[in-house]
Amino acid sequence: MSANKKQFVYSKSLDNALLAVYDAYVFFIRFFREVFRGRMEFQEIVRQCYAIGNRSLLLISLTGFITGMVFTKQSRPSLSEFGATSWLPSLVAIAIVRALAPLVTALISAGKIGSSIGAELGSMRVTEQIDAMEVSAVNPFKFLVVTRVLACTIAIPVLMFYCSLVSLLGAFLNVTLNEGTSFIAFFENAFEQITFLDIWTSVAKAIAYGFTIGIVGSYQGYNASKGTEGVGKAANSAVVTSMFLIFIEEVIIVQVSNYFRI
Amino acid sequence: MEEDFKPGEPVIEVRDLYKSFGDLHVLQGVNLTVNKGENMVVLGRSGTGKSVLIKIMIGLLKQDRGDCIVLGKEVSQQEGNDLRDLRLKIGFSFQNSALYDSMTVRENLEFPLVRNIPNLTRAQIDEQVEYVLDAVGLLQTINQVPAELSGGQRKRIGIARTLILKPEIMLYDEPTAGLDPITCLEINQLINEVKEKYQTTSIIITHDLTCARETGDRIAMLLDGKFLKTGTFEEVFDTDEERIKSFYDYNFIQ
Repeated sequence: MSANKKQFVYSKSLDNALLAVYDAYVFFIRFFREVFRGRMEFQEIVRQCYAIGNRSLLLISLTGFITGMVFTKQSRPSLSEFGATSWLPSLVAIAIVRALAPLVTALISAGKIGSSIGAELGSMRVTEQIDAMEVSAVNPFKFLVVTRVLACTIAIPVLMFYCSLVSLLGAFLNVTLNEGTSFIAFFENAFEQITFLDIWTSVAKAIAYGFTIGIVGSYQGYNASKGTEGVGKAANSAVVTSMFLIFIEEVIIVQVSNYFRI
Repeated sequence: MEEDFKPGEPVIEVRDLYKSFGDLHVLQGVNLTVNKGENMVVLGRSGTGKSVLIKIMIGLLKQDRGDCIVLGKEVSQQEGNDLRDLRLKIGFSFQNSALYDSMTVRENLEFPLVRNIPNLTRAQIDEQVEYVLDAVGLLQTINQVPAELSGGQRKRIGIARTLILKPEIMLYDEPTAGLDPITCLEINQLINEVKEKYQTTSIIITHDLTCARETGDRIAMLLDGKFLKTGTFEEVFDTDEERIKSFYDYNFIQ
């Protein structure tokens, strides 16, 4: 009994948690090492970017449009109390560009792309396809992980811009139906308050979220074990962990960007 | 400096090899020598560490203790390009074939080829892919995906994928597991053809006595983490050792 206890530095669960953090750190560092080593799989990166866009475009279009429309509808009563409904386009645009579009894109992508990366790599791990690459003297990390992480980091900012546009269209529809504002007037008003800092902050957020979704999904899938149960667990953990990290990153990036605002 | 091995010289040497997974002691002082050009069959019941042994030989697992020398190099000490170069000389056929299921047969075969031998022209790639597919008798499946193939075909494509890099050593992990008797015979025949055509040295992991008799020049019987007996099929099974006899009888009844 006591011999068993001596196997752990602290306790079984704490030791396992610390080991998991260390494993994730090693995986993270390995990504940066492998990015610059050997031949770059450009074709696979392009294929993954296309797959990411293709998989999530419809969902992002729908959620983005609804978010823009609903947010406008919910904001109207508060503004009309002060007779400030004319501010609606700029208020909605600021909310969409600064927060809603990056978050909606990231959360949808975490669910759709993160889980798919986790499940795909997990399934490749348990069916020994990753081992097969390794024994064929091909670096599976470079081919599977680096390409997916880079593709997410590239594709999610693009999707974020698309989501912003669709959300603004949703907002415009609501505004034009209620206030009769023209398309040009709406967008002139909307972009009046948007600064470069807002756009760059959103891009920074989308890059961070994309990287997080890619690296977390790949980590969970690449290290999957225990057969089909492990594949499900990898997909699930990829979504939960990346969503959690996205919210933490949101807080940090907002704090940092506010520091630069006058 | 590359070592050039002559027929009959040892290309794989395993000395006093130990491997455990937690409290499970899988290999407990294994010794084995495989000479150039021979087919060595490692026989044993499921879970005796046969696959673990060949995974150590290709560097997928590391031993706890002992030496595993392949083509004159201690595998556990190889890293980076050295390990890559060693792996290029070893073909590994997985028990479940491990074909990349998102790729066609052609792409499965091209995958290791274009990444290890750069600057090949399209015509050269096609020629090599078609050559190995022809060697395993499955040229007609070139544009199919693994999901469309039978178990036997998948095994053959898995073997073809390793042959495309022209390995000196072939490691077969349960090549006949889960196949019908006729397909098993075809796979046994293929293993022998590969030996003749590609001049390979092979280790065949199996618990199938027919496969062992058909393909093995020598048999090594792995029981309880150690090799109990090594020799020709007749030498191994001409014994009073109860555990070997019961293994033979069980297979015979099966």
